[in-house]
Amino acid sequence: MTIKEIVDKYGSKRENLLQILHGIQNQNPRNYINKESISALSKEMNIPVSQIKGTASFYSMFSFIPRGKYVIRVCESPPCHLLGAESIFKAIEYKLGIMIGETTKDGLFTLEGTSCLGICGVAPAMMINEDVHGNLNEEKIFQILDQIQEQEKERIQLCREEALTRF
Amino acid sequence: MINITMNNMKIESEEGTTILDAAKKARIKIPTLCYLKNVQEPGSCRMCVVEIEGVRTLQPSCITHVSEGMKIYTNTKEVRDARKIILELLLSDHPWECNTCDRNQDCELQKLAEEYGIKEVRFKSINEELPLDESTPGIVRDPSKCILCRRCVTVCQEIQEVGTLSPRARGFDTIIAPGQADLLSEAVCVQCGQCAAVCPVGAIIEKDDIDKVWEAIDNPDKFVIVQTAPAIRAALGECFDLEPGTLVKGRMTTALRMLGFDGVFDTNFAADLTILEEGTELLTRLKKAIVDEDKSVALPMFTSCSPGWINYMEHFYPELIPNVSTCKSPQQMFGAVAKTYFAEKVGKKKEDIVVVSIMPCTAKKFECNREEMTDSGVKDVDYVLTTRELGKFIKQAGIDFVNIPDEEMDAPLGISTGAADIFANTGGVMEAALRTAYEIVTGRELPFDKLHVVPIQGLDGVKEASLKIEGTKEEWEFLEGVTVNVAVAHGLGNAKKIIEEIKFGKKHYHFIEIMTCPGGCIGGGGQPRMTTDEIRKARIQAIYKEDEGREYRKSHDNPALKVLYEEFLGKPLGERSHHLLHTKYFNKKDENV
Repeated sequence: MTIKEIVDKYGSKRENLLQILHGIQNQNPRNYINKESISALSKEMNIPVSQIKGTASFYSMFSFIPRGKYVIRVCESPPCHLLGAESIFKAIEYKLGIMIGETTKDGLFTLEGTSCLGICGVAPAMMINEDVHGNLNEEKIFQILDQIQEQEKERIQLCREEALTRF
Repeated sequence: MINITMNNMKIESEEGTTILDAAKKARIKIPTLCYLKNVQEPGSCRMCVVEIEGVRTLQPSCITHVSEGMKIYTNTKEVRDARKIILELLLSDHPWECNTCDRNQDCELQKLAEEYGIKEVRFKSINEELPLDESTPGIVRDPSKCILCRRCVTVCQEIQEVGTLSPRARGFDTIIAPGQADLLSEAVCVQCGQCAAVCPVGAIIEKDDIDKVWEAIDNPDKFVIVQTAPAIRAALGECFDLEPGTLVKGRMTTALRMLGFDGVFDTNFAADLTILEEGTELLTRLKKAIVDEDKSVALPMFTSCSPGWINYMEHFYPELIPNVSTCKSPQQMFGAVAKTYFAEKVGKKKEDIVVVSIMPCTAKKFECNREEMTDSGVKDVDYVLTTRELGKFIKQAGIDFVNIPDEEMDAPLGISTGAADIFANTGGVMEAALRTAYEIVTGRELPFDKLHVVPIQGLDGVKEASLKIEGTKEEWEFLEGVTVNVAVAHGLGNAKKIIEEIKFGKKHYHFIEIMTCPGGCIGGGGQPRMTTDEIRKARIQAIYKEDEGREYRKSHDNPALKVLYEEFLGKPLGERSHHLLHTKYFNKKDENV
């Protein structure tokens, strides 16, 4: 969708800005809001770029730098912290070789922290894109990440095969 | 009227008054930081809290209104402690560089810390140093010093409606940042400096060029001349604690001579020159439109003296480029004439002449650095100092400004008329232009009391006037019976209003004066702090007084200009004028967005 189409979808009133920003970020293959889209949005909604950037930067869900296809958000709130969020970060760091705020070289994963996800009953918890995962431990994390990596491998393989058949 | 008690004192107060204003009337000072009367009243810094009997928590006095029987205490222990904690918290995240700060002894935070006897800060500082932004010619940002009061954001977003500055990020990481960039030069900024004029600390200031001017004066090979804008004479006194609206033209002239300038001149001279050029340009456009029925002539014509407005127009309304007068601003006209005509007169090479401007303006620093402002063959104006910088400059030289005698400016570039004085305030350029244009067309003086066009005076954001032209001279007969409609706007938010109305065909004007800053140049971004509406009025009144006391009050009567045209320029809009005094504008709509 073009920026205009996204704005039309949600309505050009100021109060729809956050939804529009989500729309823009979600359709970006690298999961972020780039400079050009802020400029275009500013023209479309007649809001200065400074205010759009100011609004978006207030919320941790928006990013201005390219991120991975899968954004891992590990809950950092007290219940998760008490039940070992720290070791969850460590396990991901070990498995993917990225620290908080970093993206894997293959562009697949970005690791972030987040405030409470509202599922303290299954702490420690994390989100990968829209999917929520609870009762985490090292083993479970490896399993989840392995699964995604496997899926992606298969997907890449399929793409390759499809490309080869075209020759 | 309602009755309240403040610190056990019975006082009467009008309904709807804030506690802060009621206290002021009762001669009680309540400290403020984020508050700017009529501009920003968010009640967020909490410096102005007071205790109200029966109310559980302390209330911000700047946004709490008085009510019948209210018992207010402005300096109880609880209030004092709350204010101290706020100050300590602010100071814990503020660099302690007061001695080397531009705002030393002129800082609202420093002053409050002193008033409240802050001897130690109990909170440990994390004090992350943020990079200094010196990327533009006019404005310097030092985010490390920012206390996040948001005054600059309000003037930028709501008064000027330029929308450059906005808070970014959240919590402790919050900074006030330009556009979507990190540097001001990478965002759309018109350099008006209204942010620098309201900043309570040293977080936004003008670029300091005093040392460069010292260096030029100290260089024996340079012939250093100075021009002073009309708005300076009504405001410079405030840097030396004189009453707002004190006229200091004579003392300023003496001080500039004592500083070592080789010639003390007046931007007013060039303001008169602007009127002759711009007035002729307007009449030429009207003639082309009415007599020749030339559809390509752009009307209304807009004034071009205010460099912030020019920047704004180039970025936001480049479609108006044909409508804006091609006249350079008086500052740049002065520079171009000084390095050609005047250089020849004094037998100096233009390379050896240094032109320093004293301006109420930060955008003038940007303007003199524009590439096209080199029509004399070199940079037409070398350095610009704001009114505030001149105040510091005079102090550095140890001049007792208040007690020095008056002197006269030098000839010929120091000779000017009352019409040039009023360039300093909103409505002034229009009035000056009408004084001359009306007389050119009819041969008679503008038919108003004391030559003032009353409807376009004052601080209303947008002002209009209509003038029916009758009894024209033969060559201007085509204007017989024509009603000329003019409009005046000050503050870019008001300029925007007028432009939008014209765009939608709601209004039709012939000539429009735009000044970037509220009140015009007397309220410029480089004027002594803090400019309030009362101070604007006092400065404007002083300017009109200066105008009325003049021997000549119409630009075309300026004897030095007559000589300039005879000896050098030829005639208004002539070839030489065209080359030296006129300029062109650029479409910057897609730059830095």
